Amino acid sequence: MPGNDRDRSPWYWLLLVPIAVPLMTFLFNAAEPTLLGFPLFYWLQLAFIILGVATTTLVYRMTR
Amino acid sequence: MSGQHTTELVVFVALFLVVSGMGFVAAKWRRPKDIESLHEWGLGGRNFGTWITWFLVGGDLYTAYTFVAVPALVFGAGALGFYALPYTVVVYPLVFLVLARMWSVSHVHGFVTPADFVRARFGSPTLALVIAITGIVATMPYIALQLVGIEAVLKAMGITGHLPIIIAFAILAAYTYQSGLRAPALIAFVKDTLIYIVILAAVIYIPAKLGGWGSIFDAAAEKFAKTPAPGDGILLNANNQLQYITLAFGSALALFLYPHSLTGVLASKNRNVIKRNMSALPAYSFLLGLIALLGFMAIAAGVKPIVNPETGKGDNNTVVPVLFDQMFPDWFTGVAYAAIGIGALVPAAIMSIAAANLFTRNIYREYLNKQATDAQEAKVSKLVSLVVKVGAVLCILLLDPQFSIDLQLIGGVVILQTLPSVALGLYTRWFHKGGLIAGWATGLAAGMWMLYLIPNPANGKLHFGGSAFPLANFGFDTKATLYAGVIALTVNLVVAALATLIFRAAKVADGEDATSRGDYFADEGDPKVKDLDLSGAH
Repeated sequence: MPGNDRDRSPWYWLLLVPIAVPLMTFLFNAAEPTLLGFPLFYWLQLAFIILGVATTTLVYRMTR
Repeated sequence: MSGQHTTELVVFVALFLVVSGMGFVAAKWRRPKDIESLHEWGLGGRNFGTWITWFLVGGDLYTAYTFVAVPALVFGAGALGFYALPYTVVVYPLVFLVLARMWSVSHVHGFVTPADFVRARFGSPTLALVIAITGIVATMPYIALQLVGIEAVLKAMGITGHLPIIIAFAILAAYTYQSGLRAPALIAFVKDTLIYIVILAAVIYIPAKLGGWGSIFDAAAEKFAKTPAPGDGILLNANNQLQYITLAFGSALALFLYPHSLTGVLASKNRNVIKRNMSALPAYSFLLGLIALLGFMAIAAGVKPIVNPETGKGDNNTVVPVLFDQMFPDWFTGVAYAAIGIGALVPAAIMSIAAANLFTRNIYREYLNKQATDAQEAKVSKLVSLVVKVGAVLCILLLDPQFSIDLQLIGGVVILQTLPSVALGLYTRWFHKGGLIAGWATGLAAGMWMLYLIPNPANGKLHFGGSAFPLANFGFDTKATLYAGVIALTVNLVVAALATLIFRAAKVADGEDATSRGDYFADEGDPKVKDLDLSGAH
């Protein structure tokens, strides 16, 4: 039965990365460097969306 | 009403009417043989694909109130208000596996609400009742807040009085009654498209007029440097970083415990639709991040919030509507206002459906009419959805809107207390049903106690002034604060675990688990899923 162990793939551990990283304020709580006028605090947190999307997409494809 | 907002008003009303028409036509969209069951009326046939689910869930989670309140928070407090972004980044990987499990077990057993699941999993109608009431209580003020969103827009157009809101909600109630979940699903296409257009235009056009992003952030930094409040600024400080982290994480934990979030998920046709949406829904988070920055644009543009005549203080919820009014040509301001107004209708419809389903499945069918047929369930849900909307309108008419905002704040802490039963329940049957009820009650009491102690110096309130609980109250020598919901949840979990051990030791009877392990992984095409889906659950 392939259905019974579908949550067990090691790929799922990757999901912890986009959960933990956006909550580490020391990574982004600074003004410099700025990007297009955005302080680091704002552009890096917006960039974490890409991290989240890339990770969930990868995990979905590898466990399909 | 002054003449200067005529163009805005015409565009707003026209778009509102188009959408209302769509709401009524929606009953015929993907027409079922028979709409008289909760699977059809309440969950749109449980057959929505990736795109519809994306619009529906996006339209449901990112509400009008969010679009008004998040920039208002950023306008008032700065960086702390930006918590909404990490919150909506973290939530999708967090629930990626959880929602797939919830979908599977719900489709095998024909569950319509989270309380349905809890009832079957823990064999306890009492625990299910507790979860259902918690869900209804947390959802009601949320619906009322959607009205606050519409009111902010109407105020900016110079319209005061409650009659327009009553008319809008009466129309909403009528087409939700007729079309069920199909109505918000169809309208969500318009709502989200309008929102994307407006916000993308705003973040390109407004910064260009204000001298670029750099000067917008400079203006904000300058404003916060002048205020005496210690917690504001365009960056976090030593005392509010933990608050930022716990508020983002706690809100993420709470989001899919809200019954209306699960409604959208359960309406999808298979597990892959959900998983694909976990990658696609962050597009809305990007939008939300940009919307939050409208708060800084309002500062740079010198926006003055509209003064509430009753309190004599500026209402920060009006900063975004006023900003649009100052910056955009009239016709586009009308489009922007319509986007916010219609943005209130989609979640309000889904929330009232979710609350109605909870009442029908976990109170009516459990206690009032055990032999309820599908058609009776649909009838009751339709009627209750009307009652819920009348209740929301009464909240706004009879109570200070601030009260709804307070209740919404409380709602987040309240709904978090269902996490051990609903979310952990998907993974483990270890907890005793009595332990879960004990944990829920203590967590709730702890949460209320903490919120009661929090004052808000900005508006002079002594109680329920926010969700940032100072750790100094526990005797720690610090100014740092934590999100009260997370502390209450911790209390809940500890008590649930201890009480479970005690109930086991005392050999108190536990409920039967009606689910089996395979149920949590079943997908579309699985015989268990197909069977129940077509016949409807009994």
